[in-house]
Amino acid sequence: MEWWQDLTLIWTGIVAFAIIMYVLMDGFDLGLGILFPFAGRDVDRDVMMNTVAPVWDFNETWLILGGAGLFAAFPLAYAVILPALYLPLTLMLIALIFRGVAFEFRFKAKSSRYVWDRSFHLGSLVATVVQGMALGAFIQGFTVENRAYAGGNFDWFSVFSLLTGAALVAGYALLGCTWLIWRTEGSLQEWAYKLSKPLFLAVIGFIALVSIWTPLANQTIADRWFSWPNILYLSPVPILTAALALLYWRAINKRYEVQPFALSMGLFILSFAGLAVSLWPNVIPPNISIWDAASPPETQEFLLVGMAFLIPTIVVYTIYSYYVFRGKIGEDVGYH
Amino acid sequence: MDIDPLMLSRIQFAFTISFHILFPAFTIGLANWIMVLEGLWLKTGRDVYRQLSEFWTKIFAISFGMGVVSGIVMSYQFGTNWSRWSDITGNVMGPLIQYEVVTAFFLEAAFLGILLFGRSKVPRGMHFFAACMVAIGTIISSFWILSSNSWLHTPAGFEIRDGRFFVTSWWEVVFNPSFPYRLAHMVTAAFLTTSFVIAGISAWYILKGRFAEYTRISFGMSLGLIAILAPLQILLGDLHGLKTMEVQPAKIAAMEGHWEGGAGAPLILFAWPDMEAEKNHYEIGIPFLSSLILTHELEGEVPGLKQFAPEDRPYVPIVFWTFRIMVGIGFLMLFVAVGFVFLSWRRRLYDSPWFHWICVAMTPAGFVAILAGWFTTEIGRQPWMVQGLLRTADGVTPSLTAGAALTSLGLFLVTYALIFTAGTYYILRLLQLGPQPHHSETTHQARQEAGRPKRPMSVPDERIEPAE
Repeated sequence: MEWWQDLTLIWTGIVAFAIIMYVLMDGFDLGLGILFPFAGRDVDRDVMMNTVAPVWDFNETWLILGGAGLFAAFPLAYAVILPALYLPLTLMLIALIFRGVAFEFRFKAKSSRYVWDRSFHLGSLVATVVQGMALGAFIQGFTVENRAYAGGNFDWFSVFSLLTGAALVAGYALLGCTWLIWRTEGSLQEWAYKLSKPLFLAVIGFIALVSIWTPLANQTIADRWFSWPNILYLSPVPILTAALALLYWRAINKRYEVQPFALSMGLFILSFAGLAVSLWPNVIPPNISIWDAASPPETQEFLLVGMAFLIPTIVVYTIYSYYVFRGKIGEDVGYH
Repeated sequence: MDIDPLMLSRIQFAFTISFHILFPAFTIGLANWIMVLEGLWLKTGRDVYRQLSEFWTKIFAISFGMGVVSGIVMSYQFGTNWSRWSDITGNVMGPLIQYEVVTAFFLEAAFLGILLFGRSKVPRGMHFFAACMVAIGTIISSFWILSSNSWLHTPAGFEIRDGRFFVTSWWEVVFNPSFPYRLAHMVTAAFLTTSFVIAGISAWYILKGRFAEYTRISFGMSLGLIAILAPLQILLGDLHGLKTMEVQPAKIAAMEGHWEGGAGAPLILFAWPDMEAEKNHYEIGIPFLSSLILTHELEGEVPGLKQFAPEDRPYVPIVFWTFRIMVGIGFLMLFVAVGFVFLSWRRRLYDSPWFHWICVAMTPAGFVAILAGWFTTEIGRQPWMVQGLLRTADGVTPSLTAGAALTSLGLFLVTYALIFTAGTYYILRLLQLGPQPHHSETTHQARQEAGRPKRPMSVPDERIEPAE
């Protein structure tokens, strides 16, 4: 393997890291938005928003990093995938706008407050559905001709993508729910505990469905997983998933506070790993590899020099921000 | 004008970026203003600085939030609507935008949380540090975004292989010829914009006889900055113009409204440029002045539009008029600066209502000037997406249909109209309330000194709408 091919591997790692960070970080605050209208009292909704108000903007920045990283390291993938997802991405951006401004506007409004409650909820829900459907469309692959997307406006819409859309709603809701268990107390925490089991069962069901459907629909992915000796090397993914599931159930029953959130994130990371295994080494399924789509070595090197310092710095910011705003959030917190 | 995906994408891009640019333009200056106030508070301990900072921080938070959400749209639109451009220039533009994200966006986002919510959670010094980081973040962000934008105007440090750009020198890419001028001009514009907002609102409070303690600080400080920046901006604009004549002569010809160009060209004050007839109607000009300004010689040679093939000319009327709007506002700003210096000298700054009314009227001046300048420079680059190398028509997404483009444009129009109306309404309500003395001493230190572990940092959910 040439040296620049290793460089591309590093870049694949960085973009993958940005995407999984986005899913984990924005995932739980989108999940709060999904659960938002079902909370019992208005003051509970205040608390839910206040648990993430200092960090949501930071969480969402990972989405820009994912997009910019794709553009910088894999411009071809950026130029194919974004047009293929034109309508869902437009919907996602609009949804994120309504949801994002709700953080500022809701606490400034009184008579129009319900508008921003709804805007926060629907924005979170639509953004999640669309991200999930985009993921499904991605797994199914895109039509490419002459270095450009050559399919239609609605190729992304399928039964499978509806399934992945629903799966992500359940997944983010689980992250949001377990985040609430960790960061709140009293009746709100109680409510989150109650939700944590059915949501978890739904997520496990969706993981199973997607895991069965994907290889059935795609021979290459089936071969990847079920041929010898791959099946041996890859077996830790499902085994670990099962182990985490059992640990989660125990954690909820023992009413642990931090573990459910950590284990939910673990489930996401494992699902992401499973997905990566299925699609490797393609960045535009079904047949454009990371090396075909990569920017040239001089671009990747220029970027890597900076990233080597900056990504650790960002991780330090993350830890510091969460450290500053640690602890249970009560009903008396806010700057508004 | 055909309604095709290309035209719709151009309208959508122009619309979304024009909307977006208002917020960074405002928050760059505001972040620095808040940093100064926090610094003064830390140094003097005078409560008035803290209250003023908290007041402007609320307005900052709304503006910044709107800037963030509209900015995410920008970063995805490159791919959705301009995928050919993304593929062709991605090797060059991608890293610049990536560097903006990792050096600026994360810095701003991480410390914004502490700036807004952290006063009771971190020491005073750390809170001031967070204000500094947010302010520095806005400047770093300007650096990268203007570098990448400038590269499209004056590409450098690359070679073209198989129709795509490959970088030969990153130094030349980042510090491309027009970048220093554009960065200086834009950042100064942003500071002026914020200064005029602060000056205008302070003038309004003075006229209404409200918040005298606060307005003395904010009125004097913002006008002091205007007195320095308004003349500086005219100088920077002139330097930027001279550079543009060197690197984008067609744009200068359109800005000046010159068809023939040549020696001893007049400065055209008013005209109706006619692209069909290739001449101006109703032209009023000052002889030799354009040559004098652009070449510093009465008989200097200036470019004319006819030197360029018709298909390589920008759309002249818009460029011609937006340029005049920008320059006109620049001179009005200079007038305010002179008025401030004069009134300060006569010690009549706080009792000259006519001047306060002018300041109120000038509140939105910076925004209008920035939009006009942005139109001048971007439409002036047309028909090129990368000056001289890639036409806008060749950068659009091939698979994009008119239906999809129309859908997204319609959605963005409605969304931005709603968001902008709501945001403006809440900002106006905050302005009506004005700076508020806080209810209790609730900083980190105060809490520690008092030995109380937990205390509300402010009145939660302070509503700004009247009770009904």
